[in-house]
Amino acid sequence: MLEFPRWKVWLIGVVIALGVLLSIPSLIGGTPFAGHWPKWLPQYKISLGLDLAGGSHLLYEADAADALKGRLQTMESAVTTELRNDPRIDVGDISTAGGRVSFLIRNPSQLDAAVERLRNLTRPVALTGNRDWDVSVVDSTRVVLTPTPSGSAQALKDAMGTTRDVVRRRIDPSGTKEITVITEGGNRILVEVPGVEDPEALKKLIGQTARLEFKLVDLSANPADVQQGRAPPGSQVLPMVDGGFMAVKRRVMVSGDQLTDAKQSFDQDGRPNIDITFNTAGARRFGRVTQENVNKPFAIILDDKILSAPNINEPILGGRAQINGNFTVQSAHDLAVSLASGKLPVKLNVIEERTVSAELGQDSIHKGAIASLIGTFGVIIFMLITYGRFGVYANIALIVNAFLILGIMAMFNATLTLPGIAGFILTIGAAVDANVLINERIREELHRGRRMIDAVETGYHEAFRAIFDANVTHVISAGIMAYFGSGPVRGFAIVLLIGVVTSVFTAVYFTRMLVALWIRRTRPRALHI
Amino acid sequence: MKLLKLVPDHTNVDFMRWRNLALVLSIIVTVASISYTVYRGLNLGIDFVGGQVVRAEFAKPVKIDELRARVDSLGVGEASIQALGKDDRTYQIRLPRPPGPETASNAVVSKIRTLLPQQYPGARVDAGESVSGKVSEELAADSAKAIAFAMLGIAIYIWFRFEWQFGVGALVTLAHDIAMTLGFFAITQLPVDLNVVAAFLTIVGYSLNDTVVIYDRIRENLRKYRKMSILPLLNLSLNETLARTVVTSLTVLIALGVLMLIGPEVIFGLAIAIFLGVIIGTYSSIYISVPTLVWLGVKPDSFLKADEKDEAEAQPA
Repeated sequence: MLEFPRWKVWLIGVVIALGVLLSIPSLIGGTPFAGHWPKWLPQYKISLGLDLAGGSHLLYEADAADALKGRLQTMESAVTTELRNDPRIDVGDISTAGGRVSFLIRNPSQLDAAVERLRNLTRPVALTGNRDWDVSVVDSTRVVLTPTPSGSAQALKDAMGTTRDVVRRRIDPSGTKEITVITEGGNRILVEVPGVEDPEALKKLIGQTARLEFKLVDLSANPADVQQGRAPPGSQVLPMVDGGFMAVKRRVMVSGDQLTDAKQSFDQDGRPNIDITFNTAGARRFGRVTQENVNKPFAIILDDKILSAPNINEPILGGRAQINGNFTVQSAHDLAVSLASGKLPVKLNVIEERTVSAELGQDSIHKGAIASLIGTFGVIIFMLITYGRFGVYANIALIVNAFLILGIMAMFNATLTLPGIAGFILTIGAAVDANVLINERIREELHRGRRMIDAVETGYHEAFRAIFDANVTHVISAGIMAYFGSGPVRGFAIVLLIGVVTSVFTAVYFTRMLVALWIRRTRPRALHI
Repeated sequence: MKLLKLVPDHTNVDFMRWRNLALVLSIIVTVASISYTVYRGLNLGIDFVGGQVVRAEFAKPVKIDELRARVDSLGVGEASIQALGKDDRTYQIRLPRPPGPETASNAVVSKIRTLLPQQYPGARVDAGESVSGKVSEELAADSAKAIAFAMLGIAIYIWFRFEWQFGVGALVTLAHDIAMTLGFFAITQLPVDLNVVAAFLTIVGYSLNDTVVIYDRIRENLRKYRKMSILPLLNLSLNETLARTVVTSLTVLIALGVLMLIGPEVIFGLAIAIFLGVIIGTYSSIYISVPTLVWLGVKPDSFLKADEKDEAEAQPA
């Protein structure tokens, strides 16, 4: 007991000093002292959860039906483009109904050639040996392309990766903000933005698919039919943002995928609009299409709604164009950001939203800090009047423990949540349990007539078994909580887990050192415990 | 300085004398608690049933009925409105999950966010949450799984470290504690949210803390006093650990009591659940976990190896 080697004393001292050093930047953050912390000392800081810092948490899920629709449409246009190439194969009755692309081959002798060329459009799915589409022939005239499950899974995975990048670019075009955008569980995206109190603007920005298409207006369509929703073959009826409907050719002449930039600007009349710039291929294509269709209306379509359909007065060759559509400055700006960041490959739906204002978060921190201080103070007084000198040691250990928890959290850049504060207070209350066990055992051993040093030795030794087992049960429950829990609850579990480890260190090893050093120095005759 | 001794030295309470009475009481209360929970139901928060909650702070005091009428006029379902604080300026408005697609829920929060500042100048929405049916089902399933796994995991650990009877005792104790706490939430109709589930998991961990300490002492005494009969041995173990049980429970209760009374109200449910769990856990570690050992037939020589047993039996002769 009395032999407490010097190196151990130093080791424990260093660990404690490190804990204190690491915890200070988090404690003084936001106070006037923050500026005075020397630059050469550790700068690690605990990050605050959204429930304390304020901000928005949004969980999005990819719309599976929309993702399938998008794939079918892409395949449909790939098929028509491919078969229009030389030697041309004429097709008819093309449809994407029933979750597959199907069409008739007009000339049955071209069937095999068509299937051969379509097979080349499909791709192998990595590691599965399957292809992403099945090509089959029905009734020896009709070709059917069906997406395979592994192909759909791969497509979703790719789409989610792109979606995550697009969402990030939209919220944070400059890439400097501390935001979280991560994919979760295959088809979800979690977005956390600190400081945003009204998530509506954020949701608008993220939620817009921003699929921009230019299509020719079908002037042959009968206006009465269009109002009924009927369009001539090869055309479709789309709603206009100002109300009403219009028939446009199905074929996409130019799409937003070929943009390099989009900016909010103003037209000659001072109304907000968007300037777009095409890449080389897009510029060439846009130039050719406008050249071939001078004096015809050109529909600008966003997410299947017609923004406007201006007349092509002259060929537009420079690869720059303007989009009008009854914008406000804000909506033009948002749309420009969305267009510049690329379209979302899948539609996203909000399935969970949690927003906390900075004021409420600040209030929680304030109340939590006061409760922690008073709670700690209460425990300290109670331990002092119950165990005297040994209570003082337990209390020193308690305070050191608080610093160590904060220091470790700062080192790993862990997130402190509101339940995490509760976990902190709980740990304060429970951490002294180890000292209670030890001190009660020492009292007992003294009653049994053991000599003082012997009693202390036995007390620490015998109590450790129960301390260990009790802490393992905490680790099990906190570990399961950290695994299953979401956000704030995980924050609670992490504080408990760290607290278990640090409290065993401070309550057992550290107090043992204090007791040993005291006995060695003063050689007391009796223990007052 | 005279030190405080809440439990005097040489205390010798005959705990086991009342074990059957305690058993009957515990069974009655547990059954009543479970039946009431089933009958009345828990006030499940939006985390588990979906829906939306908005917390708003107004510039001037607002009458709750008037606020309800205005929210109802939005046609987004029947609002349940609760005043927070005493000055009639902070309210929590909860709305049921609207029918229709998963996205409908989110649109409701948007509506309230626009309504309040329009109708009440200076009003501010401090927090808004919306949880869709899908997410709430997952959260509920995950929470149930977590509690079940935690209980089982701990029982298995106790079984490994002690004997199977102790593992069963721990499991019965945990079930009792959880049932009691559920009953409390059913009676008070305090909202059960994710934080309360975290509290339940904490109770699972902490309620066992006491049990483990007492079991450890019983195991030690079983080895030490091989000829003592089981009831006095259990009483001895309980009395030896009684001071520690009382002191530790009090320190945890002091810390949690402060949190409950002056801490942030968002975690009131968590604080009160653990506070209660500690009290129930202290009782059950004495009157559930220990008597269970007797009913499972633990005897002073139960855990001796065969040759040790022969020795123990040979000695009296």
